[in-house]
Amino acid sequence: MTDISQFPAGPMRVTPPKQSILTASANMKRRNAAESRFKAYGVAAIAIALGSLAIMLFTIFRDGTSSFTQAQLAFPMELTAEVLDPKGNRDREEMTKVTTVGYSKVLVAALQAELQKQGIVQDGITDKEIGELISKDAAGQLRAQVLADTSLVGTTITADVLAGGRIDGYLKGRVTLETAERDSNVTPEQLLLADKLSEAGILTTGWNWSFFTSPDASDQRPEAAGLGVALLGSAYMMLIVLVTCVPVGVAASIYLEEFAPKNRWTDAIEVNISNLAAVPSIVFGILGLAIFINFAGLPNSSSVVGAFVLSLMTLPTIIIATRASIKAVPPSIRDAALGIGASKMQTVFHHVLPLAMPGILTGTILGLASALGETAPLLLIGMVAFVDNYPSAPPEGFLDPATALPVQVYSWASRADPAFIERSNGAIIVLLVFLVIMNVGAILLRRRFERRW
Amino acid sequence: MKSIHVTASVLAFAAAVAMPAAARDQIQVTGSSTVLPYATIVAEAFGENFDFPTPVVEGGGSGAGRKKMCEGVGEATVDIANSSSRIGQSDIDLCAANGVAEILEVRFGYDGIVFASAVDGADFAFTPADVYLALAAKVAKDGALVDNTSATWAEVNAALPAQDILALVPGTKHGTREVFDVKVIEAGCKETGAMDLFLAVAEGKDDKEKGDNAKKACHELRTDGKSVDIDGDYTETLARLDADKNAIGVFGLSFYQNNTDKLKVATMGGVVPSTESIASGEYPVSRPLFFYVKKAHIGVIPGLKEYVEFFVSDEMAGPDGPLAAYGLVSDPELAATQAAVAAETPMGPLE
Repeated sequence: MTDISQFPAGPMRVTPPKQSILTASANMKRRNAAESRFKAYGVAAIAIALGSLAIMLFTIFRDGTSSFTQAQLAFPMELTAEVLDPKGNRDREEMTKVTTVGYSKVLVAALQAELQKQGIVQDGITDKEIGELISKDAAGQLRAQVLADTSLVGTTITADVLAGGRIDGYLKGRVTLETAERDSNVTPEQLLLADKLSEAGILTTGWNWSFFTSPDASDQRPEAAGLGVALLGSAYMMLIVLVTCVPVGVAASIYLEEFAPKNRWTDAIEVNISNLAAVPSIVFGILGLAIFINFAGLPNSSSVVGAFVLSLMTLPTIIIATRASIKAVPPSIRDAALGIGASKMQTVFHHVLPLAMPGILTGTILGLASALGETAPLLLIGMVAFVDNYPSAPPEGFLDPATALPVQVYSWASRADPAFIERSNGAIIVLLVFLVIMNVGAILLRRRFERRW
Repeated sequence: MKSIHVTASVLAFAAAVAMPAAARDQIQVTGSSTVLPYATIVAEAFGENFDFPTPVVEGGGSGAGRKKMCEGVGEATVDIANSSSRIGQSDIDLCAANGVAEILEVRFGYDGIVFASAVDGADFAFTPADVYLALAAKVAKDGALVDNTSATWAEVNAALPAQDILALVPGTKHGTREVFDVKVIEAGCKETGAMDLFLAVAEGKDDKEKGDNAKKACHELRTDGKSVDIDGDYTETLARLDADKNAIGVFGLSFYQNNTDKLKVATMGGVVPSTESIASGEYPVSRPLFFYVKKAHIGVIPGLKEYVEFFVSDEMAGPDGPLAAYGLVSDPELAATQAAVAAETPMGPLE
């Protein structure tokens, strides 16, 4: 303003400029300097943001990518009938009496036999320590396999089993001979034997599918822990959130935007919706515990309760996005439809809603993405738990206990064994991939279908 | 048409949800995060070896777990509460008020609490008095209580290294903190004579109340940044210890045993903490671990009794079992516990 007021309007009494406009005056220099300073602040802000993002991504990928590969042992194994089926009837009932302890003996004996056959010798290692190279999870898997097909007893099969967590860490560089000296869970001799086993081709590292399919495992077997139950639980929850939120959210928005009278009540509802969108998510968890579990009697830890809680949290986001995109449809479209005799409802469903759809979809996807990454409300409804059994197929499976992706990140991060740090970061990568896919989907939808007037 | 479709699917879904919840067939366990790893190890092995589903195990804290168990009887309530401290009268009253009359108390072992520093740091040999003199808010000096001003461990005890005092102590919501307060700080308080001074100035109607207040005064830790409360897990303590090599952290024995490549353990009163020294009672800082079973659920929730028996069996909780391998100190009186579980003997009133 001050710049203009230097040249008062009115009769032509222009004082000739004191200097050429081509040379910068002190005032102009000052303004230019302010502008470049402001630009520098902006660039610095972006650099700080990008820098922190880069550091975060770098540490996650540095610590997490190794969880996608896994050390495995492969050796021929005779399923000795004397141990696995002492009575020899191949009767499943009788064979269930043999616990995993028996199966782990068979596994260890088979590995030792293979070592002997191949002439692999390691000094100063006990039989027990050789057994520890095999994951504790292997015996349970073998038992399930044999009980499912009792005719396997007595035959020789190729055992494809996980190697122990420390051996896995050694192949990935997390455990070294030096740390093994001080480590109470592994000895340097075991690592040296692992070297010889990899030379002989018994110990290999391969792509870790079980990270995506197998359920969580206890603290003693980090190598067997996977995201199977968490992925299923998250998928179930997203499905229910989608099915409950979209109809309710869209119907509410259409009514509020197109049909509702403008009065005190609708104003109050509007304010409340905006407020709800800002309520901390843990509050919804407390609400969910009180209503869905204690009052309605839905089962603890089930994905349906988790989904309802997340739905409550996501609804305001979806309503706000939907209302904004309905509002963005120009009134002329409505007027034209009404003008040629369409009813109000026909106008909305035939003209307004299709035009608003891209915005609604974008809002829904973004709402789902934030629900996918939410942990805090799930803490209170028992989903932060050790769940080892897959939930069954829907709809009964919605009532079965399950966990969720972010929950798995949280619970692995607090485990004692350092191998779980790798798993936790691996789970973060999986979660990030899903979030990126959802956000890119939202952007693509918007680009593809958005119309401007 | 589309909207009809959507409405139909919503109705179908609502119907699916409104169905009466199917009978619960898996055991639900909640409570202490210290007991959580042991419970998951047992639950996993239970799922592998029995034809029952694997129990669902939650963490969240001893107190919260016991309250959840005492909410009532029925499928919507949990079956077992893990606890790193003994149940209190208030919980028993709450249980009774909600119809949970009989509870099985199962003590399955002991857990040690250790002091550890970064693996490449100095060696420490503490006594409770050293820890008290270094960390308490007020210490006894020439027969009077003064604010604690010690800056290095050497100032506290000339035998300790001249390293700045910085201790990472579990926050007050942890069961570990209670043991630390009672077994280390209170013991040090008595040893250094500060307890008598606190007792002399304590307020209260009778001796008991005075004693309680004096103990409370003993438990006050300094707030000038030399003692840091860690409200997160041991993993957070470990991360802080990584960042500041001068720090001393307080850990559970099992956590230390899984991280011996990063941590160096300090002795307490000249005893190295190990499952053996804790079992024999030589190492002073330890506590019993419990879980509490709702008796009314035995026979209703499939596999509950089998799980409890499996938990305390020699195969799991014995000195050669997987729990001991993880860091549990096996209970010398395990046989008595097994018998009590087999007979389903509910716990009597607290003595």
